[in-house]
Amino acid sequence: MIPSFGDPFEALFAMQRALDARLASDWMGRGTAGTGAYPPINIFQKEDDLVVILELPGIAKKDLEIQAKENTIRISGRKAINYDERASMHRRERVSGVFDRTVSVPIQIDPNGIKAEYRDGVLAIFIPRAEGEKPRTIPIK
Amino acid sequence: MVSHQELQVQEKREVEKKEETTIPARVFVPATDIFETDQALTVVLEMPGVDKESVSASVENDILTIEGRIDFSKYEGLQPVYTEYNIGHYARSFQISSTIEQGKIAADMKDGVMTLVLPKAEKAKPRKISVG
Repeated sequence: MIPSFGDPFEALFAMQRALDARLASDWMGRGTAGTGAYPPINIFQKEDDLVVILELPGIAKKDLEIQAKENTIRISGRKAINYDERASMHRRERVSGVFDRTVSVPIQIDPNGIKAEYRDGVLAIFIPRAEGEKPRTIPIK
Repeated sequence: MVSHQELQVQEKREVEKKEETTIPARVFVPATDIFETDQALTVVLEMPGVDKESVSASVENDILTIEGRIDFSKYEGLQPVYTEYNIGHYARSFQISSTIEQGKIAADMKDGVMTLVLPKAEKAKPRKISVG
């Protein structure tokens, strides 16, 4: 769990450590993650639900497509970079092209409740857990 | 122009600091394109998660310095379960020539990509030399 956000510098460091600790963790199970594919993903848990966050800088919203089926989410799109053809390039580090990545999460999800938000080059997908999958507290008689 | 090449993951690079900071949080290097036309030098930097209020660019002693800060309070209450990349602020600097009109640098930020246009000073623009 990411600790309190009282001290912003300490909080950022704590979050970086928390992200490192889960780097390519086995939470996804075997072979479903497609590690190494573009774009890299981070998956978080928020109470019962999941939040998938991807960095997709410079992609127009209309060039992004998200599909959901059962417990699988597919994120595809294209990234275009347009520069004046007459310009002379000094440095070229940004990459353009097409991508298509499918992620199967190891829980039952509610595909109709999925929401996505793209802002400042970051895509966040909110995935609610299926109602029947939510943990129930069992009262002790 | 969209190439139909499949996108490959670029590992995020960390800033190599000359001085150590008191807080050991990591800072990343934005992937950058730089190109030049007759009129200007354009610098394009990718800083996902940075909005236009959280970015700064300055020129001092011919060094262009760009800094972008992410709003990580959005991550409050999120518990990571599986990760492939880390997040942090961004910083990068470039030595630029003094032939830039430093007062006329224009900046734009869209979808996490910052575009800086550095117009060339009049004397620095190329002139065609006719052979007599």
